[in-house]
Amino acid sequence: MTYIKKPAVRHPGLEKNALGLTLRDYEGSMSTLCAGCGHDSITAAIIRACHALSIAPHTVAKLSGIGCSSKTPTYFLGGAHGFNSAHGRMPAIATGAGAANRRLLLLGVSGDGDSLSIGLGQMAHAIRRNLRMTYILENNGVYGLTKGQFSASTDLGSKSRRGDPNVVPPIDPVLLALSIGATFVARSFSGDKDQLVPILEAALCHDGLAFVDVISPCVTFNDHEGSTKSYAYVRKHGLPVVHADFVPPADPITLEQEPGTTQIVPLHGGARVRLTKVAQDYDPRDRVRAFAFVQEHLARGEIVTGLLFLDESRPSMHEVMGTVETPLVELPYESLCPGAAALDAITEQWR
Amino acid sequence: MPDVTPPTLAPRTNDLAVKLANVNGTGSASANALLMQAIFRMGIPVAGKNLFPSNIQGLPTWYEIRVNANGHLARAPAFDVVVAMNPETYARDARELRPGGYLLYDSTWPAPEALRRPDVHLLGVPLAAMCREAFAGDRERILMKNIAYAGVLVALLDIELPVVEQLLDEKYARKAALRDSNRRALHMGLEYARAHLPCPLPVRLARMDANRDAVLVDGNTAAALGAIYAGATVAAWYPITPATSLMDAFAAFCKRFRTDPDGRKRYAFLQAEDELAAIGMVIGASWAGARAFTATAGPGISLMSELVGLAYYAEIPAVIVDVQRVGPSTGMPTRTQQADILACAYASHGDTKHILLFPAHPGECFEMMVQAFDLADTFQTPVFMLSDLDVGMNDWVCPRFRWDDAYRPRRGRILGKTELDALPRFFRYSPADENEVAARTLPGVDARGAFFTRGSGHDEFGAYTEDPVAYTKVMERLARKHRAARKHVPTPVVELDPTGPSPLGLVTVGSCDAACREALAMLRERGVRADYMRIRAFPFTDEVEAFLEAHPRNVLVEQNRDGQLRRLLLDETAVGRDRIVSVLEYGGYPLTAQQVLAGVERVL
Ligand SMILES: Cc1ncc(C[n+]2csc(CCOP(=O)(O)OP(=O)(O)O)c2C)c(N)n1
Ligand code: SF4
Ligand SMILES: [Mg+2]
Repeated sequence: MTYIKKPAVRHPGLEKNALGLTLRDYEGSMSTLCAGCGHDSITAAIIRACHALSIAPHTVAKLSGIGCSSKTPTYFLGGAHGFNSAHGRMPAIATGAGAANRRLLLLGVSGDGDSLSIGLGQMAHAIRRNLRMTYILENNGVYGLTKGQFSASTDLGSKSRRGDPNVVPPIDPVLLALSIGATFVARSFSGDKDQLVPILEAALCHDGLAFVDVISPCVTFNDHEGSTKSYAYVRKHGLPVVHADFVPPADPITLEQEPGTTQIVPLHGGARVRLTKVAQDYDPRDRVRAFAFVQEHLARGEIVTGLLFLDESRPSMHEVMGTVETPLVELPYESLCPGAAALDAITEQWR
Repeated sequence: MPDVTPPTLAPRTNDLAVKLANVNGTGSASANALLMQAIFRMGIPVAGKNLFPSNIQGLPTWYEIRVNANGHLARAPAFDVVVAMNPETYARDARELRPGGYLLYDSTWPAPEALRRPDVHLLGVPLAAMCREAFAGDRERILMKNIAYAGVLVALLDIELPVVEQLLDEKYARKAALRDSNRRALHMGLEYARAHLPCPLPVRLARMDANRDAVLVDGNTAAALGAIYAGATVAAWYPITPATSLMDAFAAFCKRFRTDPDGRKRYAFLQAEDELAAIGMVIGASWAGARAFTATAGPGISLMSELVGLAYYAEIPAVIVDVQRVGPSTGMPTRTQQADILACAYASHGDTKHILLFPAHPGECFEMMVQAFDLADTFQTPVFMLSDLDVGMNDWVCPRFRWDDAYRPRRGRILGKTELDALPRFFRYSPADENEVAARTLPGVDARGAFFTRGSGHDEFGAYTEDPVAYTKVMERLARKHRAARKHVPTPVVELDPTGPSPLGLVTVGSCDAACREALAMLRERGVRADYMRIRAFPFTDEVEAFLEAHPRNVLVEQNRDGQLRRLLLDETAVGRDRIVSVLEYGGYPLTAQQVLAGVERVL
C-alpha cells in the first residue's frame, strides 16, 4: 500500500490483451522460492505466454506434483483452479481431469525428481497417451525441496555441494520423450525468455502433449561449477538449434525467410509456429534425425534448445478414444442412465 | 478290492450338490454355465461356485453347483455327484463325495484305483471315445466332451431337456454349426446315460417356481451396471483378478448404452499404467466434476493408499471397488477373503478414515455402487465398496434389479456461476453444512470459484498453513464429517429370532451372509435361539451398536485371520471386548454353513 499518488505512466506490464487483461491478471500469489531460482523465471514466462495468447485464466487447470518446481502454480494464474497433488503423480491426475473435461487447458508443472525419478512411469505414459496438455519439466538436476540430493537428470560426474561426483548416468527427458512418441518436444533455458515464451505459446496451442524441458538452475544446491544445470554452464554450452516464433491465429505470416531454413507449422485452433533453423542440418519434423542430433550434441556437452520436434498429425487422447466433443462433465445425467426399461431388458438376459 | 454294494442315497428332490472337476483351459466353463442356467430356468434355487486356479491352462479347476429348495445356497459341504474329468485330482475328487454318492468318470480308459471308493457308485461314460468318433479335430473333441457330460447329467438329474436345448438355441442363435455340434454332444451324453446308467438318480430335480422374479448374475457385472446407472463417465484401472471382469462388464455396457450413433463415446475408459495412476485418474476426473471410479483388489489398494489420503484430505470424491482376494502380497489371486477391511477403513498415512460399503450379493453390488457415488459426492471423500471374489465372480440367484427413473444423482455441494454470483467470496472449505461438508467448485467454470487444491497443510479457507491450530481445526471437521456419514450409509440387515428375545447375536458381513443364514436355521432347529445382523457399512450406524449392546454375546463371522471387522467395531464403537467373539475362516474357499456352525459351537 502506498500513499504517494503514482504518475500515470503506461507500464508495459499493464498492457491489455484481447480479453482486456494485463499481465497482473495472470499472476498468482508471491513466490516463496529462493531469490534467483530458475523456477521463478519460468513462472514469469508462463504468465507472459498466457497473457499473450489471451487465455481466460479460469479455463486453465494448473497441476503439479511435489517439489520447489511443483509449488510454482500458486505463483501464476490466480484465476485458475490449481492442484498441487502428490510427488510424481501429476500426470495421472491431469489425465483424469482431461478425460472428464476435454475443454480444460491443462498446464502441468513438474521437477526432474518429480518426473524422472518417482514419476517416470506416469510421465512416460502421459506422453504415450498424447493427452492435450502442456507439460513443463523444471529441470535443475537436483532435488531442491529435499535439499540437494542427486536427481535422475544429474549428469555423470556432476558434483554435489559436498564435492561427491554423480556416478549414475542421467535420463535425458528430451531423448526419452522422443523415443516414446511425443508429438511436441522442446527444450529451453529459464534465463532465456525470448526463446521460452514463444515455445510455451506454441505448447499451449498444441493438440496433444507438449513436452517442454526447461533447464532451471537451483541457485541454492546446484548452481556451482561442475554442475551442467548451472547458469554459467548453460550460457556457455547452450545451443539454440531451432528458433520458434509463435504466430497467433489472427496474424498473417508476412515474412517468408529463405526456404530451407524456415518452416511454418499449423497448430491447434489456427495458430502457427514459425520454426527457424539455426543449425542447417536440423529437421524438427524428422523424429529419427532429431533424436540423433540431440544425442550427438549431448555427447559433446552441448545442450540443444528450441522446439526440437513437432508432429501435429498424431491424434490426441480423446481423438484416439473417440470421446464425444462435449466434455463428459457437461453431459446431462439423462444421457448417461439407460433407465428402468433398459434395466428390464438387461435383467431379462440374465434369466 | 472286494465287491461290496455302496449304500443308496435316500431320495431327495431339489436338494443336491454336484462338483465338476476339470482341467482349466479346456472349455468346461460353458458346460457348467449351461447346467446352472437350465436349473435356474426350472425355477429352482441354485448357486455356482467356481474354484479356479491362478493359471491359464493345465491346472485343476472345479465348479460346484448347489441346489436347495429352501434357498440355502452357501457353498456345499459335501457332494452327491462328482464329475471327475481330471485324472490328476481323481483321488481328492472321489473323497468329496458323500457315502452313496455318484462318481462320473470317462471310461474311455479303465477306472484307476484312485477313483475307487467302496461306498460310492462309479458311473463310467466313454466320453473321449464317443467324441473322437463324433467330432473332427482335437479342439472340438475336447470342447464337446464337456457338453457330453452335461448331457449325462441332464439324464441323471432329470434336468428338462427342452430347457437345455432352448439355451443352446439362444446362445448359438447366429452360429448354426456350433449349435448343431453342441446339440449332438448333448444328446450323445444323454442317450448313453439313459441306456447304461441308473437314470434318474435318487437325488434329482423337479420344476419349481422360485425364480419368477430372480436373475442369475455375478456381482462384478452387477457393480458395473450400478456404475452405469449412477452416471459414472470415467473409469480408470489396472488389470487384476478378481476385479477385471467388473471393468470388462463396464466397458461392454458403455459400448451398448453410451455410444452415440456416430460412434462417439459418452465415457472415458482408461487402462492406467498401474494402480497409482488409476486412482490418480479417478481423483483428477472427480476433481474436474465427473463421476469416476476404479476397481481393484488388495495389491491395488496398497498401491493406491498414498493418493487415497490425498483425496481424503483435499476432499475429493472417489469410488473404489475392492473385489477382495486372498492376501497378503500376491496371496492366492483366485481365492476369496475379507482381509482388506482395515486396510481400506484407514487407507493412507496420517489420520484417515473412509466410508466402506459391504455388499453381500450381486443385487447389493448394483445398489451400493449407486450409493457409493452418492456418498462420495455428498461427503466429498473416497468411498470403498468391499466386495469379494465370491460375490464378484460367482453366479448368484438374486431378486431382479429395479430402477426408479425418478432417481437423480446426489452430487453434493457444487457451486456454479449463479451460486457464485450470490457469494461475496468463495472459500473452498468454509462454511461447512450440517454434514460438515463445504461447497466445492469445478475447474473451467468461473474465476471466482478458483481455488488451490493441495494435499499439504491447509486452513479452513484452503490456504497453505503450518499452523497447529488451523491444521487441527480442519482435521477435527474431517473426523466429524466421517461420523456424520453414519446417518447416510446403509443400515444393517437385522433379523430377530421369531420365538422371542435371544442373548446370542450372530453377526457377519458381505458374502458370509448365505452360510450364516443357513447356520442360523440349523441352530434354531437345534433349539438355539439367535438374532442375526449383517453389517453393511462403515462408519457404523447406531443400529449396529444397539444390536451389539443388546446381546451379551455376539459371534462375529468374517473371512480373515485377525478379526478385522471385530477390531474395527471395538475401535469405533463403545462396545466392550468380551461382547464380541470371532469365528474366522479364511482359507480362500467360500464359506459353508457347517463351518459357521462348528465355529459357533466352538465359542459358545
Ligand atoms: C512419496 C514421497 N516421497 C518423498 C517425498 C519428498 N520429496 C519432496 S520434493 C522431493 C524432490 C523434488 O525434486 P524435484 O522434483 O526435482 O523438484 P525441485 O525441488 O528440484 O524443483 C522429494 C524427494 C515426497 N513428498 N513424497
Ligand atoms: S532450493 Fe533450489 S529449486 Fe528450491 S527454491 Fe531454492 S533455488 Fe529453487
Ligand atoms: Mg529438481
